[in-house]
Amino acid sequence: MAVDAQLDQKETDQGACCSDQLSEEEMALRIDEVIDTFSGVKGALIPVLQTAQNLFGYLAEPVLKKVSLRLNIPYSEVAGVVSFYSYFSTIPRGKNIVRVCLGTACYVRGGKEVLQSIQDYLGIDVGGTTDDRIFSLEIGRCFGACGLAPVVMINDHVYQRVKPSKVKDLLVPYRVSEPCGEEE
Amino acid sequence: MKITIDNITTEVEEGTTVLEAARAVNIDIPTLCYLEGMEPLGACRMCVVEVKGAKSLVASCSTPVRDGMEVSTNSARVRDARRTVMELLLSEHEGDCQLCERGADCELQELANRMGVKEIAFAGEKPAQFFDESTPALIRDTGKCIKCRRCMEVCKAVQNVGALAAQNRGYATVIGPAFAQDLDTVVCVQCGQCAAVCPVGAITERTHIPQVWQALDNPEKHVVVQTAPAIRAALGECFDYPPGTLVTGKMVSALRRLGFDGVFDTNFAADLTIMEEGTELLTRLKAVLSDKQEAALPQFTSCSPGWIKYAEHFYPEFLSNISSCKSPQQMFGAMAKTYYAEQKGIDPKDIVVVSVMPCTAKKYEAQREEMNDSGYQDVDYVLTTRELGRMIKEASIDFHKLEDDKMDSPLGLSSGAADIFANTGGVMEAALRTAYEIVTGRQLPVDNLHVTPIMGLEGVKEAALTIEKPLKEWAFLDGVELKTAVAHGLGNTSKLLDRIKAGEAEYHFIEIMTCPGGCIGGGGQPRFTTDEVRKQRIQAIYAEDEGKKLRKSHENPAIQEIYEKYLSKPLGERSHHYLHTKYIERSRV
Repeated sequence: MAVDAQLDQKETDQGACCSDQLSEEEMALRIDEVIDTFSGVKGALIPVLQTAQNLFGYLAEPVLKKVSLRLNIPYSEVAGVVSFYSYFSTIPRGKNIVRVCLGTACYVRGGKEVLQSIQDYLGIDVGGTTDDRIFSLEIGRCFGACGLAPVVMINDHVYQRVKPSKVKDLLVPYRVSEPCGEEE
Repeated sequence: MKITIDNITTEVEEGTTVLEAARAVNIDIPTLCYLEGMEPLGACRMCVVEVKGAKSLVASCSTPVRDGMEVSTNSARVRDARRTVMELLLSEHEGDCQLCERGADCELQELANRMGVKEIAFAGEKPAQFFDESTPALIRDTGKCIKCRRCMEVCKAVQNVGALAAQNRGYATVIGPAFAQDLDTVVCVQCGQCAAVCPVGAITERTHIPQVWQALDNPEKHVVVQTAPAIRAALGECFDYPPGTLVTGKMVSALRRLGFDGVFDTNFAADLTIMEEGTELLTRLKAVLSDKQEAALPQFTSCSPGWIKYAEHFYPEFLSNISSCKSPQQMFGAMAKTYYAEQKGIDPKDIVVVSVMPCTAKKYEAQREEMNDSGYQDVDYVLTTRELGRMIKEASIDFHKLEDDKMDSPLGLSSGAADIFANTGGVMEAALRTAYEIVTGRQLPVDNLHVTPIMGLEGVKEAALTIEKPLKEWAFLDGVELKTAVAHGLGNTSKLLDRIKAGEAEYHFIEIMTCPGGCIGGGGQPRFTTDEVRKQRIQAIYAEDEGKKLRKSHENPAIQEIYEKYLSKPLGERSHHYLHTKYIERSRV
C-alpha cells in the first residue's frame, strides 16, 4: 500500500512547480485525499509528507496541522520530522531550484566561490527564496559529476565548470522564461 | 540468565537491562536520560559499560542481558568514556550554576563532580540560547538543555500531550514545541511534569517568590496563604526529611515566621468543593434518573487545572461533563476576598492571596480570565512546594527546629476527606463519604471509610457502590449501582476517555488527576519523584486523614458556618457566582 502510493506520487513530481495556484486552505483539503490513501498504514508520516512536498512544493502550516490531526501524531513530532530532513521545506520555494554542489571535488575547485557569487547575484542565503519566487538556493553534496567540477544544478539540468564570474549568464534565462515549461 | 557484573554473579530474568541488573546488586551506574518505568532512550551515553567480547562500549540502559555476559562498570575505559561524555555535555551547557535554580540539586553538576571532571577539554561554540517565558507556569532555557529528552518522553508517553519534541538536527537540535513556537501557543497543559524530570535548569516553574516577598514587606497588604493538601507530605523533602514525612505543624510555623497575616488551608476549600461537587452530581443523577431530563453523565472532577486544559484541547466533547466547580485553590481565593474580607472588615483590594501548590498548572489557573469573580484576581500568587522550601531557606529559618503550630480559623479548618484530595482516588473517596451520607443518612459502609479499589497507583481504577435504603428524597436511587472510575496521568485519562467514547465503559462519576499519583506527584513537588516516593507521600496523606476526628467534609463546622452565614446552600446563587466556572474549547494542534 505504502509502496504503491509512493510510486503514484512520482508521477506527480513534475507538477510541483505549478502548485502555487493552490491556496494553503486548498492544500489542506487536498492533503485529506493523500492521507486517505495511507489509512491504516504504519509509519505513514514520512511518505505522506513526501507526497505533500511533491504536490505542493512546500509544506504549509495548515497542511502539517492536518497531517498531525489525521495521523494522530503530535504537531511537535511532525515538525520534528520536517525540520530534521532538509528535503522538506515549510516555505514556498522558487520556481527554479538552484543547487550548488559543495562535495569534495567541487569544493576544492571553487564551488564555494560559485555559491558566494550566486548568493550575491540573487541576494539570498542558502535555503532562501527570492522575493519574486523565481529562485530558491540550496547546496548539494555531490551530483556524481566530479570530473566536471564545480557543478551547479538548476532544476534537472547540470551545468559544468561554472565560473563565479559567469553565474549571471546561467541564471538570466530562467528569470525570463516560463519556468513550468523549462522542466519539460 | 546468569550475568557477571564487576565480578558479582547474579541471576536475572530475560529482558532485564544491564542497568537494571546492576542496580539490583547495588552497583550504581550513572544516568541522565534514564527514567524509571519508561522505554530507555539511550540518548545521553552516560551509562556506558564494557561488555567482554564487545568491540565498543554499550549503553547499559538499553542493552538487554545475555546469558553468561560479563560486564565491567568501572574499567579505565568506561571511566574515561563517561568523563568524555560529561565534558562534551558541559561544553555545550550554559552553566551559570551559582545563579541557576537547580544549583543545589542539579543532576549534571552532581554527576560531573562524581566523575571527577576538573576541566572541559572541548571548550568552544555553544548552541543558541533563548528563553521561552510565554506561559504563566513554566520557563524554558534552551542554553541549559542537555537534550536528554526526558521532558519530551514524559510529555508524550506519560501525559499523551506531545507539546515537546526534538526539532532540527545535530548541533542545532532544540527540544521544544513545533517550529520554535512558544509553549503558550501549543497544546501544553502546563502540568510541569517536564520540569519535574529535567535533570538541569532547562525547564523550571516561573517563580513568584519576589512578588510574594514584596507583598509580605508591604504593611498596607493583608497577605494570606493557603497550602494544598499535598504540600504537608512533601515539603519536608526540601529539608532532607525522608519522603512521606508529615510536616504540617512545622509548615504552619514556617509560614507564620515568613510573615503571613493568615495561615490557612486549601483543605477548607476542598471540603467546600465536596459540598458543591457532590450536590452537583446528585442533581445530575436526579435529572437523568428521576426527572428524565438531559444532564451530562458521567460527571468528571474539576480540581486539576492540567486536566481541564487537556480536555479543552483534546476532548472538548466532554466539557459539559466536567463539574462546573472551580478547583479548591480558586474557591479559596474567591472566599478569601469576599466572605473572609467581610468577616474581617478588610477591603478585598488590600488582601493578597498566596497559594502553595504541588503544581505548576495552578499558576496558569490562577490567571485564567474566569478567575476574577471576587472583583479582583481571586488568587494573586502561586508558589510551588519547591519555591516555599527556597523561601524558608532564604529567610534562614531552621525548619528542623520549628515547633508545630496550627492553622488559623475559619479558612484553616478542614476534614480528613480534604487531606486525601492530594492523591489519586482521594477526591472520589471524599465525595463518596459525603454523597452516600446525604443520600442514605448513613455512613459510607466501607472499612475505615476507605474505598480500597480506587486506592493505589494503578493507572485506571474502578469502584461500584449499590445504594440501598436511601432517604425519601432520594428514593429514585434505591438499588442504583453507582459506578465510579479514577484515572491519574493524562495518558491513562485518554485511554479511559476513549473507552467511554467507544461505548465500552459507563460511569456516573469520574475523578481525573493530571499527574501520576495525583497532586502528591505534581510538577511543583520536590525532585525527584519516583513511584516509591509517591507511595510514601500517599501513605503520609492517609495517615493525616486517619489521625483526624473529622473525616467527612459535610461535618466540618467551618463549612457549615460558611453556608449559614454567607453561601446559604450548595449550588445556591452565591455559590454559583463565586465557586463555579466555565470551560473553553481550544485547538488540538
